[in-house]
Amino acid sequence: MRLGKAVRGVAATLAGVLALTACGGGDEAGDKGPASLRMTVWSANEAHLKLFDEIADEYRKTHPDVASITFDPLPFENYTTTLTTQIAGGNAPDLAWVFENSAPDFVASGALLPLDETLKKIEGYQYDDISPATLKLWQDGGKLYAYPFSTSPFGVFVNTDMLKKAGQKTPAELIAAGQWNWDTALTVAGATAGATGKAGLVIRDFDYKGWDNLSTLWTGWGAQAWSEDGRSCGFAAPEMVEAMTTLHKAIFTGKALPGPGTTADFFAGDAAMTVTQISRASLLKPDGFGWDLVPLPAGPKGSYSVVGQAGVGVMKKSRNADAAADFLAFLTNPTNSAKLAQFFPPPRQSQLTAETLGKSNPTLKPEQLQNVVIDGITNGVVKPSHAGQAELSQQVRAGLDPLWQADADVKAVLDGVCTKIQPLLAK
Amino acid sequence: MSQTDTTVGGVEAPPTRDRSRPYWTSRRRDQLTGYLFIAPQLLGSAVFVILPLILVVWYSLHEWNVLAGTFEFVGTENYANLADDTNLGSVLRATGLFSVGLVVFNLGLALLLAVLLNQKLRGTILFRTLFFSPVVVSLVAWTIVWGFLLQDNGGVNGLLDTIGVAGPNWLRGEGTAMFSVVVVQVFKNVGLNMVLFLAALQGVPAELYEAAEVDGASRLRQFWRITVPMISPTILLTSIITVVGSLQVFAQIAVLTQGGPGTSTTVLVYYLYQQAFQFHHFGYGATLSIVLFVIVLALTVLQWQMRKRWVHHES
Repeated sequence: MRLGKAVRGVAATLAGVLALTACGGGDEAGDKGPASLRMTVWSANEAHLKLFDEIADEYRKTHPDVASITFDPLPFENYTTTLTTQIAGGNAPDLAWVFENSAPDFVASGALLPLDETLKKIEGYQYDDISPATLKLWQDGGKLYAYPFSTSPFGVFVNTDMLKKAGQKTPAELIAAGQWNWDTALTVAGATAGATGKAGLVIRDFDYKGWDNLSTLWTGWGAQAWSEDGRSCGFAAPEMVEAMTTLHKAIFTGKALPGPGTTADFFAGDAAMTVTQISRASLLKPDGFGWDLVPLPAGPKGSYSVVGQAGVGVMKKSRNADAAADFLAFLTNPTNSAKLAQFFPPPRQSQLTAETLGKSNPTLKPEQLQNVVIDGITNGVVKPSHAGQAELSQQVRAGLDPLWQADADVKAVLDGVCTKIQPLLAK
Repeated sequence: MSQTDTTVGGVEAPPTRDRSRPYWTSRRRDQLTGYLFIAPQLLGSAVFVILPLILVVWYSLHEWNVLAGTFEFVGTENYANLADDTNLGSVLRATGLFSVGLVVFNLGLALLLAVLLNQKLRGTILFRTLFFSPVVVSLVAWTIVWGFLLQDNGGVNGLLDTIGVAGPNWLRGEGTAMFSVVVVQVFKNVGLNMVLFLAALQGVPAELYEAAEVDGASRLRQFWRITVPMISPTILLTSIITVVGSLQVFAQIAVLTQGGPGTSTTVLVYYLYQQAFQFHHFGYGATLSIVLFVIVLALTVLQWQMRKRWVHHES
């Protein structure tokens, strides 16, 4: 009998907890007080956050209905996982930064609020000024689900001091001689590594895991991870095999790239060159080594550029979705877009001039801005992205792992990658 | 006051409470005190163990797309998908390999260290402290440091270089990655089992060894015939803790290998994390966690049953 009472007590406690949990989940009722907006961002850079805060403070002066706007930096490495965990836990932000590799999932899921109408109706917003090429990834069924907040082309940062010390020609000299291509770049990198004991060329964020960063190389061969429609695998294509063979030789024979399991940070002076987005220029130290920024080397198919994108969207489930969309319109209007251009290359055509970008990018020379940034944004190929990217990405990473051995059979490994991912692509 | 009549129409009515006696008898007070003492633990278990367990079972019967905000009942479909999952075989293999490696290395080394440190020698306290100290270090910090040491150009290979040995690329080789993860975990926790074994060893009566000595038993024979049977309850405890802990390994894999190279170190917990939090298949992730729960439960019950055969006394 006593046991029965105890069981009833436990059951009552559980029921209470369940009831409380149920109550906690139902916060969609519109208790409209002043809105508090939260936006998740990947950057914890002080200068970036300061600028965001300044723009938010200015917005709040004219919008007393918005009590606060906070920018919540999430670690870059696990950004999308953390964001989706927040959404799953009922703690979704009002606005979220979304990377290009998860764009198809977010855009197609219906999690984001369509933005076209809000943006177009704002006076002076100049919606048509946004380069259509930059919008493509963020549209579905003719509607825009995220603003292409940052369209950052990949370029090659060069430690000119290290190259000179190794007695090598600088990329600028090679460009002048019409010889800036992957062959010469990898030869220079290998020779510099041999002469200095430092790393030659680092494809930043690749680290033998982030394979999508290799698109900065294979695009020069005309290769792609999958077809335009996303339904057939491109890893086994001859041009991909050729590109990856060049990379494999550069790693294991030419020693032009640091091998697997070896870290080298260009910005700490550990490498002669690095392929990365121009937004990483903020990592250069003012009193550090001599440096240059040049476009990606030409591949067998000629010159090309690759861009990484990030969009900002409004979560449809947000209680303050309308206020969030209105703030996003303010954050990305022509005036603020120009301010943000110093860190995040804007998609606005009128601002994509060496003169405008030069004002807010004092570290970059006009020709660097023109060659790398403007040409890159206008003509660049966006890094690979696909619905279900996380699962695909994991399969490709696991499939490519055998390639990072000195005696790997490149063709066989790439065929294996396609065997793994083709069923996912065909879904 | 008189006693109330308890028979109505020949049928005995339930006894009514004697109003003269206070409700809060000392017995009831004791019971209440007891319940109040266990209430925080009970509430904690209910909220953080029982409720999540019920919810996980519930989620495993659904397809839950977090981004789209859809939560559809799919019955046993997720369980049926287990059979079609081509990765599950290699995941279970990796999990088994990690568990066996960890249990063998950890218990073997812990027992060896405990026996060595149980000798009356100088400096044993220093060594006990040294071997135990990793237990109190943050797991992630420990793993990150080992990640640097195990790099191709890291400390371990640097050390091997000085004696003319070219070390492998520990975390990138199919064969060496799992071995490295096991070793990192063994060094992290061996101190805890070592202390438990040490306490058990010190509880073995010295006269048993003296008697064996008189009978002419060798040291090895004494170890197998006296030490092992006498510390068998501790061997059971440490093996249960180590097996259950090995099945829950996550941080080491996430920091050191992310399941690679290939899927050679993708253990069950890491795989369910990938399915739920990276691929957004929360329903299937919940199903995998039920699989993990069943495996842990089965192994624990098995070990508990087996104790009758090899635990010789329970104090």
